This record gives sequence, structure tokens and C-alpha cells, in this order.
Amino acid sequence: MRKYTPKDNVQKKSYYTDRFWVAPRVPQMSIEEGSHFADVINALGDRVLDASVQIGQLVVSINHQDNYSVLETLKDVCGYKICTELSAVDYLAQEGKFEIFYQMLNLDEALRVRVVCMIEDGLAIESTVPLFKSANFAEREMYDMFGIYVNNHPFLKRILMPDDWEGHPLLKTYPLEGDEFASWYEVDKIFGKENRDIIGPENRDPSRVDRYDTKRFSRVGHEVDFGADISQGEPETEIEYSKTLLVDYTTGSEKLDQRR
Amino acid sequence: MAQHKVDYASNAGLPIALTTADKLINWGRSNSLWPLTYGLACCAIEMMASGASRYDFDRMGTIFRASPRQADVMILAGTLSKKHAEFARRLYDQMTEPKWVISMGSCANTGGMFNTYATVQGVDRIVPVDIYLPGCAPRPETLQYAMMMLQKKIRKESANMKKNTKQRLV
Amino acid sequence: MQVTNKLSPFFENLNFEREDNTMVINFGPQHPSAHGQLRLVLELDGELVVKALPDIGYLHRGIEKMAENMTYNEFLPTTDRLDYIASTSNNYAYALSVEKLIGLDVPRRAKVIRTMLLELNRIISHLFFVATHALDVGAMSVFLYAFREREFAMDLMEDYCGARLTHSAVRIGGVPLDLPHDWIDNLIKFCQKIPKDIKMYEDLLTENRIWKMRLEDVGTISAEEAMSWGCSGVMLRGSGVNYDIRKEEPYELYGELDFDIPVSNSCDSLGRYRLYMEEMRQSVRILEQLILMYPKTEQKLMAHAPQYISAPKEEIMTQNYALMQHFVLVTQGMRPPKGEVYIPTESPKGELGFYIKSEGEPYAYRLKCRAPSFYHTGLLQKLLIGTYIADVVTIIGTTNIVFGEVDR
Repeated sequence: MRKYTPKDNVQKKSYYTDRFWVAPRVPQMSIEEGSHFADVINALGDRVLDASVQIGQLVVSINHQDNYSVLETLKDVCGYKICTELSAVDYLAQEGKFEIFYQMLNLDEALRVRVVCMIEDGLAIESTVPLFKSANFAEREMYDMFGIYVNNHPFLKRILMPDDWEGHPLLKTYPLEGDEFASWYEVDKIFGKENRDIIGPENRDPSRVDRYDTKRFSRVGHEVDFGADISQGEPETEIEYSKTLLVDYTTGSEKLDQRR
Repeated sequence: MAQHKVDYASNAGLPIALTTADKLINWGRSNSLWPLTYGLACCAIEMMASGASRYDFDRMGTIFRASPRQADVMILAGTLSKKHAEFARRLYDQMTEPKWVISMGSCANTGGMFNTYATVQGVDRIVPVDIYLPGCAPRPETLQYAMMMLQKKIRKESANMKKNTKQRLV
Repeated sequence: MQVTNKLSPFFENLNFEREDNTMVINFGPQHPSAHGQLRLVLELDGELVVKALPDIGYLHRGIEKMAENMTYNEFLPTTDRLDYIASTSNNYAYALSVEKLIGLDVPRRAKVIRTMLLELNRIISHLFFVATHALDVGAMSVFLYAFREREFAMDLMEDYCGARLTHSAVRIGGVPLDLPHDWIDNLIKFCQKIPKDIKMYEDLLTENRIWKMRLEDVGTISAEEAMSWGCSGVMLRGSGVNYDIRKEEPYELYGELDFDIPVSNSCDSLGRYRLYMEEMRQSVRILEQLILMYPKTEQKLMAHAPQYISAPKEEIMTQNYALMQHFVLVTQGMRPPKGEVYIPTESPKGELGFYIKSEGEPYAYRLKCRAPSFYHTGLLQKLLIGTYIADVVTIIGTTNIVFGEVDR
């Protein structure tokens, strides 16, 4: 029977998981009273759905409609002047949603806040380019990799993949080795679809050896001339072993190694 | 001023070397291989290092050229992505005949460790390759050895051999 | 859109002569001074750049996708190929993120070795910057000199890890090997030699009239703009913002070490070039302190955490339980706790950080590499406007972008 592979997540999975194994969680600390993070939470008010400190950084979860106003408050009131990172995580299989995170940096306090929001598939998120110019490229990358539309982005276009690419590579439904379109992309573009047969399909197996390819491979004990046709079989040739001398250091004697 | 006279009749003969046109042309070609500076990824750094002071490619008559019109070897140094593939082919087409291709590093040879959607699985799908150079990244010595192998190969070839790309790959 | 093939390629439908009398030219992706595979579409009014559009992705290899399909230890050598000029800084940033995720403390000797390698990589990377930047601007001899000294540093790296470019010299939980015999002596020799060489480059460049004319007031960016564009590293410090992650959010041994962070208020390419030079000197200073620290440490290289890290080879070969753990860790991979982590480090280019989202599986659910060069490439669309076409290569050079980490 063919092994069942779920179509909604084609990424590699662990082949064995102990059924009693429960993954621990990174500790989620509560926010200390009077700390800088407590001020941030106060400034954000009731837009905060959930907040905790994880590995030294404040993680604030918000509604996706509030992303612009929350980042604006962070920038103008709390001093988070740099948006270092912005991207998404695909949770379509579990919840039908993407998680978008904004990684913010306060230069004076040397502290970082991660703003997290969930957004349903098909909805667009508001662009933060008016606040942070760095979001320009980052949001384009997010659109390119996940297909999340960004409202009011100045130039929402694919950035890493070619303009005529099909599919969004970082979705969990997209296989690592690409789909049919990806595997013929460069051949179609350069030589045209009609030449697919001449070029042949991609070799995705790194250990593949073509038995009849005498230009790139030779068979030990059956060596033939470069490029010879061996579809009718090839003659056996004697294997030339390199000369190995067996040296006995106690007596100082040497003899040729006859072992095969 | 010293009078330096060579007695052609009595010494090792007249200063004439007899050779074939093939050998003469191939001698010229093989000793002034001008590669295209075509850095793609990590291997490009090693390519630069082989051009720089320690490994000094210039002593082999190998001078990197920035224009494909002046180059006759294309060193594909690094990962060729699918987005870039058409440009690689275009640069190859722009080079004048005769031209050779060295595929440097495992990414260029077979896709290497990048067995992903975005990487061309071997540049021989795009351009005909003369020398495959293993390693990730190959050391500059490896590239020099490849250059020497290519010189050997050129010296064996017929000088007016038509390296017609149509026969070789579409 | 036109049907493209090799004779009429995709981008020839760019307009070269337009009604508004500007010309659109295509710079790259194969251009000797594009530092890899940058393609710029420049709109020119005479020689003045009116609009610049960086087009990246020509080296996109899907590294983030690979991370989702590899165990944590398998992925480590792939990080070499991000910023391939200073590979160890990528290895380190990734290893540090995973260590923070699983809450691991690294032995002190491993910390000393890691910090040494990081600073050595910083010198390698900065030498490479000086070499290529000078070559782009037209100073060929500095390229040859800087590459000569870079080879000495590469030899040291090679002695330690066996590779010139793709080091993988850091493991999750420590370092694989102790320093080889004589390595410290060679490092001391290198540390004695390199300040003289840096002085030579400065003698050749800093007061050079041509160099000054090409770099002064070229590629200026104010502190506000730099912060808005997400700049980090020298690009940020060149604009007068004193922020170095090594000082402000110390990781590894940087909290104990004594070094200065050079900051320039000039906001231009010349100021940034001087920062690079000064940073190399500071790296040498750090290395000198580390050399003294090294003999005082215990001979332990990997953290002890049997759930995540394999035991040392001697234990695997002698103890049954260590062998079993090793087998599970190699075949299945380690399972970090559920959660997410983002740890910034100061790589030679700027802030390099890995965001890792773990669902408790041996494969990362999502890995995002925050590459400094990615944001510096985005900055080009601001920096290039209003400059002359001759300054374009200077500005690309001064941002010090590497396309391995821009496109990932």
C-alpha cells in the first residue's frame, strides 16, 4: 500500500515519534511590574490580546486589523524605531490562518518586541511602509513567499522569484523540490516547451548513475573508451591495482602486496 | 656595445620552427584564455582569490574580462538559480566562438546541496560544459588545475573545429 | 508580454527612449561590481539617477524552505552559504538561536574559540570589503594587497576547520574541535602583522585625493532614514547611531571583553570605510584578549545535554547509553521545545538573526533568516536617487551586500 502523505503539508516529517511524548514549551514569563515592557503594554492598551516575555523578548499578540496602529504606538510612544524583521508563518493546515510577526527594536533600551497577529487566508494585511521603509522589501518578500496581499503597499510585486512564477514557495503545500512548473521553468523559458524532450527531465537523485553513459561514468573492471556505445554489453578488463609494498619494520624487509 | 652575432649556419640551425597551423592556433588560444567574470555565488569568491595575489592567475595568461564579447571561457562559479538561467544562456550566446565552459563547484555541476525548487540542477541543462570542477567550494588550486586541463583539451582540438552550439545543445 | 526566448529575452521591452527624456538602463545581474547578482533598473536623466529599482532573487536557492525539511544539525552547513564571506558568523548565529531555544549553556573554552573565530571572520570579511570596494572605485593595488592578507586569515581558518570558505566551524552546543597545535602562535603572528597592513591600506587610501573625491559625500543617509530603512551594523553606525549588538545585547564573551565601537557622524561612504578599518583594529584587540583567556579554560568543548547534543566521541565509543542517544539524535534529530526565538547577532555586515519557530518536531516549522544585506539592498532605492551614474558602484560597494544572504 502506498504511504499516505497529507496534501496540506508536504514538508518532511519525523518518521517516528513516541506516542507518549509531549513537547515541552519555551517558558512564557509574565511581565514584571514597572519594567519597560509593562509600559509598552500600558501604552498599547486594550489592543493587546495576549502578552508574555519569551527568551528575553516581549511577545504581543494583536488583531490583524490593529497592526498599523500598534506599530505606530510602538514607534512614536515607546521608541521602537527599527522594524528589524517581518514575515509570516503558514498555519493553513491547522487553522486556515497565517501568523505574521513584526520584530521591533528599541535602540535606547536595547530591547526587542515581537508583535504577532493571525490573519485568515485570503485577507490582506495593512502595509506598514509609511512607518518603516524597511517593510517595503520585507512585505514584498512575504507576498512572494506566502501570497499574502498587503494593502497600500507602494509596489507589491514578486521579489525573489521571477515575475512569471507560479505558486508561493514557502507554503506548506509547496514541495521542496518544486512542482511541475518549477522543474521545467528554465527549459521553457530559454529553449521553449517543444525542446523539453531533448533536454530531458531534471535529475533530482544525487546518487543516480546512468548505466550506459560512458562519458561521465566508468565501471570498474569494465572500462571502455570515452563515449563508447555499450548498449550491447561491454567486455571485461583486467583491474589494475596500484602497487602496495608491505614493509616489515622489525626486519626492514619489503615485499609486494599480492592480496586482492 | 657588445657585438652579439649568431652564426645560423654553424649553430643549431636557422631560427625556424616547423609546425602545423592547428598547433600554432591552439598554442595561442590555450595560452591566453580569458574568462568572463561571472561570479554567481560562493565559488566566485574563490575565483576572485585565484585571480588575486597569492594564486595569481595572470601568470597563466588568464585575465578576467568583464564583457562576454572579449571572453572565451565562461566559468560558471556558483549556484545557478532558475531566475538567472536565461541570463547565463544569454551571456553564453554573446561570447564569440570558440568558447568553452567550466562548471565550477557542485552547485553548478548538479545542483549540489540545493536540491530545491529554485535551483537549476546542473548548468549542463543550459549550456554545454567542458570541464566539471568538484568541490564546495573548490580551492583556487582546483580552478587552476581545471584551467590547465582545459588548455590540454584545447591543444588536442582541431583549430577550425566548429563548436556549433546547435549540435551540442538545441 | 512578449513571448521570450533566447533571441528576444525578457527585459528588452524596457524603454530606452521615453517621452520624459529619461533613459532606463539595466545594470546587472552580471556586472563585475554588482557584488554578485544584483540587477538594478536605473532611470537616468542625463547622468543623474532619477529612479532606482533593485531587482534581487537571482541567487534565491530556497534555504528557508530547506530548513523546514532538515533536522537542526543537518541545516548547519547550509548556513555557510548565506554570507559566504564570513561563514562562521552565520553558523554561529544559527547555533546561538537553537541554543537559546533549547536553553543550553556552552562551555567556556568553546565560547573562547567561537569568539576568536567570529572576530577572525570579521577581519576576513572587512578585508574583502576593502579589497572589492577599492577595486570598484579603481584602486587595483589595494585589492591585491588586501587579498594577500586575507589569505593569511584564511590559512588560520583552514588550520582550524579544514575549509577556506565554507567553515561549519561551530556546532549547536559548542565547537567540534580544540584549537590545533601552533594555532595560537600563528594567530599571535597574524595579530602582530595585520595592524601594519591596515595602516598600509589607510596610507594608500584615506588621504588619497581620488579616493576622497569618489567617497566623500557619496551615499549619504541620515540617522532617521537609516533607522527607518532597517539598517544595521556599519550602515547604522556610519550615520551616528551608536548601536552595536555586541555591546548593547552582549552574547558570547563580548560582555567581558574590552573593545570600542567606532561611530562616525559623516553619514557618507568615506566615514563608513573608516569605520571598517577601525573595526578591524578592534577585532585584533579582541583577539589579543582572547589569546590570554584561552589557556585559563577547561578542556571541554561541547555542552552536556544528552537530550539534544551527542556525547563526545570517547563516551559514544565506550558507553552504551551515550551511543543510544547518539543514534537517536543522528537518525531522528533533536526535538527542541515548542516556541519561537529570535536572537540577533552582530555579523560583519550588520544584524544577523535567525527566527526559529519550533513545533516540537525535529524539523523547524519555520526558519527566517534576518539578513542585514537584504535591508541594505532595499536601501539602494533611496541611496541611489540623485547621484551620478559613476557613483552607483561606490554606493553598492559601501553597503557591503552579499547576495547569498540577500536572496537566501
